[in-house]
Amino acid sequence: MKRSDIHTILVPGSGAIVIGQAAEFDYSGTQAVKALKAEGYRVVLVNSNPATIMTDPEIADATYIEPLTPEALEAIIAQEKPDAMLPTVGGQTGLNLALALSENGVLEKYGVQLIGANLTAIKAAEDRLLFRETMQKNNIPVPRGGAAYSLEEAQELVKETGYPVLVRASFAMGGTGASWVYEANQLQEAVRVAISESPIGQAWLEESVLGWKEYELEVMRDKKNNFVVVCSIENLDPMGVHTGDSITVAPAQTLTDREYQILRDLAHQVLSAVGVETGGSNVQFGVDPKTGRVVVIEMNPRVSRSSALASKATGFPIAKLAALVAVGYTLDEITNDITKQTKAAFEPSLDYVVVKIPRWAFEKFPGVDPTLGPQMKSVGEAMALGRTFPEALNKAIQSLEIGVDALDGSGPNRELVAEPETFATLTIPRADRLFRVYRAIRQGMSLDEIEKATGYDLWFLAQMQEISNWEVVIGNCTTEAELKPALRFAKQLGFADSHLARLLTNYQLPFTSIRELRKQLGILPTFQRVDTCAAEFEAQTPYLYSAYEMDDESRPTDKQKILILGGGPNRIGQGIEFDYCCCQAAFALSKMGYETIMYNCNPETVSTDYDTADRLYFEPLTLEHVLNVIDREKPIGVIVQFGGQTPLNLAAGLEAAGVKILGTSPHAIQLSEDREAFAKLLKELGITQPENGIARSLEEAREVAQRIGYPVLVRPSFVLGGRAMALVDSEANLAGFIQEAMEAAPHQPILIDKFLEDAFEIDVDALSDGERVVVGAVMQHIEEAGVHSGDATCVLPPYKISAYHQGRMSEYTEQLGLALGVRGLMNVQFALKDEIVYVLEVNPRASRTVPYASKATSLNMAYVAAQVMAGKTLEELNVTEEPQVDGFFIKEAVFPFKKLPGSSSLLGPEMHSTGEVMGHASHFGHAFAKSQTAAGQGLPDEGAALITVNDYDKSDGLKFARDMHRLGFKLYATPGTAYLINNAGLPVEVVEKAQDGSTQIVDLIRSGQIQLVLNTPLGPHAHTDGAEIRKAAIAMNVPLLTTLSSAIAAVSAIRATRKKELKYRSLQSHFNNG
Amino acid sequence: MTATLVLEDGTILEGKAFGAKTDAVFELVFNTSMTGYQEILTDPSYRGQGVLFTASHIGNVGINLEDDESAKPQVSAAVIRSLSPVVSNWRSALSLSDWLEKHNVPAISGVDTRWLTRKLRDGGTQKAALSTKGTSAEALFKMAREWAGLDGRDMVKEVTCEESYHWVDDEGMKWVAKMQKAEGGRQNMVNRPWSIVAYDFGIKENILRHLSSYGAHVTVVPADTTAKDVLALKPDGIFLSNGPGDPAGLPYAVKAVSELIESNIPIFGICLGHQLIGRALGADTHKLKFGHHGGNHPVQHLPSGEVLITAQNHNYCVSEGELNKNEVEITYKSLNDESLEGLRMKNKPVFSVQFHPESAPGPHDAHDIFGEFFEMLNNK
Repeated sequence: MKRSDIHTILVPGSGAIVIGQAAEFDYSGTQAVKALKAEGYRVVLVNSNPATIMTDPEIADATYIEPLTPEALEAIIAQEKPDAMLPTVGGQTGLNLALALSENGVLEKYGVQLIGANLTAIKAAEDRLLFRETMQKNNIPVPRGGAAYSLEEAQELVKETGYPVLVRASFAMGGTGASWVYEANQLQEAVRVAISESPIGQAWLEESVLGWKEYELEVMRDKKNNFVVVCSIENLDPMGVHTGDSITVAPAQTLTDREYQILRDLAHQVLSAVGVETGGSNVQFGVDPKTGRVVVIEMNPRVSRSSALASKATGFPIAKLAALVAVGYTLDEITNDITKQTKAAFEPSLDYVVVKIPRWAFEKFPGVDPTLGPQMKSVGEAMALGRTFPEALNKAIQSLEIGVDALDGSGPNRELVAEPETFATLTIPRADRLFRVYRAIRQGMSLDEIEKATGYDLWFLAQMQEISNWEVVIGNCTTEAELKPALRFAKQLGFADSHLARLLTNYQLPFTSIRELRKQLGILPTFQRVDTCAAEFEAQTPYLYSAYEMDDESRPTDKQKILILGGGPNRIGQGIEFDYCCCQAAFALSKMGYETIMYNCNPETVSTDYDTADRLYFEPLTLEHVLNVIDREKPIGVIVQFGGQTPLNLAAGLEAAGVKILGTSPHAIQLSEDREAFAKLLKELGITQPENGIARSLEEAREVAQRIGYPVLVRPSFVLGGRAMALVDSEANLAGFIQEAMEAAPHQPILIDKFLEDAFEIDVDALSDGERVVVGAVMQHIEEAGVHSGDATCVLPPYKISAYHQGRMSEYTEQLGLALGVRGLMNVQFALKDEIVYVLEVNPRASRTVPYASKATSLNMAYVAAQVMAGKTLEELNVTEEPQVDGFFIKEAVFPFKKLPGSSSLLGPEMHSTGEVMGHASHFGHAFAKSQTAAGQGLPDEGAALITVNDYDKSDGLKFARDMHRLGFKLYATPGTAYLINNAGLPVEVVEKAQDGSTQIVDLIRSGQIQLVLNTPLGPHAHTDGAEIRKAAIAMNVPLLTTLSSAIAAVSAIRATRKKELKYRSLQSHFNNG
Repeated sequence: MTATLVLEDGTILEGKAFGAKTDAVFELVFNTSMTGYQEILTDPSYRGQGVLFTASHIGNVGINLEDDESAKPQVSAAVIRSLSPVVSNWRSALSLSDWLEKHNVPAISGVDTRWLTRKLRDGGTQKAALSTKGTSAEALFKMAREWAGLDGRDMVKEVTCEESYHWVDDEGMKWVAKMQKAEGGRQNMVNRPWSIVAYDFGIKENILRHLSSYGAHVTVVPADTTAKDVLALKPDGIFLSNGPGDPAGLPYAVKAVSELIESNIPIFGICLGHQLIGRALGADTHKLKFGHHGGNHPVQHLPSGEVLITAQNHNYCVSEGELNKNEVEITYKSLNDESLEGLRMKNKPVFSVQFHPESAPGPHDAHDIFGEFFEMLNNK
């Protein structure tokens, strides 16, 4: 039964989207908060990430978009007086906060109970050694190994572990002193190093489980010890590749029941041993493929990325149930949402196969090692369902949106890589290994050898071989009689129409498209329901996927319906913000009485929760699959403007197929994206644009750049996240960037802009119904022009722009909105330089800043826009004026540099951030301080600052030095900068530049003597300058400022927090009390 | 080679043949287990039935020497969505198809098993016929229609042992021993090695392994052994096994069970054994629409409220209404459909469960129920 002794529950979210902790926690937090609220609890939510659905003021009772630090949480606890805290739906951040608040006594002081996890369990699961000990105490198998204090002891251990053996230095930071030992003669040296590096003189030896099969069980337990396995997951990539970077398959395919049940028993024992009383957990196993020996690798006593996957894969809502069992329900008391007749105390049975493939962003981070290993590097993932593994695998590839529609890595515009695969090329785990494996199969390498090289189970390889065999069959079809059954089976194997078009080389009868051909032959998809029970009970929830089977279960209604296309796998530049917008559209249109149909293939999202829209199709975002759903559902229109670039890229094809696109016409979107046409429009409207030109070749680019003068910005058309956008300072560097731009958007014009040095950039989000344009928010970038808007620190309202200029921007926005016929959302980017307002670009679609701006203004722009797209006017919706903003709302970007060693940490026109946070306060300085803390770069209150600025910035750098000195900071500077500071009569310590071979600066940072770094690289040229400094600062989590504007903001923040303590305020109290 | 499956309602499905080249007629049931096809195919309770597997891929891990529940496949046919082209598991000895062929069991792959499952779910279990040797659909339809079916029939006589024998641990025992070790040793839980007589109505070997894991001496006797003959063996406890078909077709067994209940010797029944106890206690048994066949069935232990995820395989069920509640306590119910899943007598050492605590395949949640039986023996 539900607990009645608690009333208010505090739920921490997971903060900014970072690699390894992403949108899945918006899904889990939103689900948990909704469930708790429905049970009548008062929910206090804290999450610094404004792009989330969970921070919508309607979701929780009190919503704090505040830094996820123990200090902020303590203040919020003191204010809200929660009875309990549920830390298991906010990722590692949630657990860490629970640990910190327990250890510093705050939870006890305010009488807050932890629910869903206890301290012992969190510790036992998180601390590697304690976990191992706990397992061994309970006779749960773990990799062999142990501690050694001498070579003799190590040799004794090796008898158990065998070679290769991992030798680590116990308690040494960041893996120093660790090495792999392959043979006996290397052991002595490895042990000596490990012992000397270990602060306690201990070497830790562990057997290698590299290459073992890897499994994960998603499990759930309630207070009565009722235990269920929600989903078993088998990794295609064996042990050694982080599970977040692995291709995974559910349910597990290569275990007998005997073996599977051992894992199930162990999972239950692990939960008991660790002390998880209620909630969802995952337990990860390694299985030796030769002997079947099982070891437990690790467990998470919380909802995780894989539980999001498992929830979507099975229809079993893990986060919702984790919340309900945390407040005292038992699983038998909860109804299964999908069948509505059975209980949540059961184990889902799947009659389909689910494949997840990660998506990486290595192309944005030159210099980063793309080899996959123990550190997760992917930024998103796509999931697909099929009746069989081949079907799910092929659909998953199509869902990735990397231009590939076939297992060999080729696509409609992507040539097949012809080079032969070898044992060596397959051994290294890389993003494209799946394609390499398939090519190796096709090239005739034996499956056994591929299995040896990759650790992919033979079963998966054999399935891939079946696909390859069928390519040949299709290619050999010449008549309709041959083709019909072959085509049908190919579709059952998941072949894309576009791929089939390339394969049908010998077919002799004419056909217009594979789609038409299929229709003629009666080869049509059917939609199957995800029902948790392998059809044993009838599914009430329309959660659907396509397959080429006998019967269609979609049962479309005859209601007026609208299809919303989501954003597909998360990537840099297109992430949770767009999912937020899609969800808002679903909420708004449902409210208007439409039946809403959500379409997406990203398991980490709120949009793919089966109760976000009325119906859910979990399908690849390709024209083929979208049209299939449209054929079946016949919606009155489709929304393509909310899911980022992905659905926009489908718009032309959809229109050509006669589908009605709601809102702003694809033509208008096209016009704004086509740099040439857009330049013409601006000219007609008399709106200033930076001097620019269009190029379609390197030659043209040279001419344009010469005409307008360097530095120039190179921008390709039709990309998101500033892909291949670059700042080019001289002709010598032009060619490389133009080449990249042409690759990023083939056959599209490239715009070359005069780069406006030292300009300010401003983002405007607005709404238009075609008659009227209403500005929703004006956001100023703190950094000078040249930093991608997704990476820039933004402040709302603008803090350095005159009313006159803001007025000009509003006018331009209105002119552009009306000229383009925008119906829905639009975003305009302006630059302000020397009193002139320039338009940089217009995007007549949802922009990344919409959720942030909506949270700051309380005008839910996406929600309003969806209603406009469905035919309402802004007047009818009572949205006619720009909302006034009370206080400052600052958005800060969060970067993956630490997770991707080797990447340059400099900001530029190409977006690199994975997530964002928001800080808000009535004072600019406070808001900035909060934004920095929330981004994990909390500004220091005292200590020392290292200043190293380029020649252009010297005078402003001096001002910063003076301010910091006045604030009591000790100053360090590189010789040039120090000379200047010294001349101004300020005390400064000189440190040698890192690039002169000195390690002095880096040592200073590493030893914790520097609390703040200001390093402004020299314009566009000296990108490598100071790289060592920035690397060290990032590694040590020392706040790093790379522009003078942010340095000035930082000073203001430090000053403000000294004067007055930070206050924390929920959105509800902010907006209700003015 | 094409295989043809015809249902008594006239449905005709074509797919790929595998296993043996022959015809078969059977009752078609679906099983939702995602693992353990070898155990399911060798479970004698499936005698007379064809099993439709809802899991997408079957055959992935081949057939091994340890996971049999009886000496050979017992099903009449197998119906699956996709047959694995290879065998991939460290224990496998041969492929599913070769094994079925060896034992003359026909099978079909490449049919829409989900659609078929929904059909059986909505319309109930059906008679069906399968041919992998080219028999016409019309002939198969006739076979299915004319076949008598399983209702009221004694299927047990086809699977029970001919003579009594002492159970000797086999290859599969190590898997039960593994759990036993994890549980801290079952042999310490008994006062002495008890002697058990186990009725074989089509007994699954994993039940015998579990009984044996408590150190018991197990004598397996044929289904038609009389109560008198059993009592002559002076057992400490009596076990009534699972088995195929309709309990209404086994009046001789019900009679024996009634007499044994009177003996006051502890009795434990599983599945069909449970249904026989139900009938012996005066209850009727009825046929479920499509039965319970899978490894994810939640049952609730009514006294404690605890939920066990269990393996189940039955088409018939004890009707609760006729049970004398002064005499019998209902111990378990299905959380899915509230059907009766377990009972115990209030004044006699007799209890039984409808589900399979020995699992194989399926979760191990209910293993301790064997321990309850031995507890009963200890306390006797």
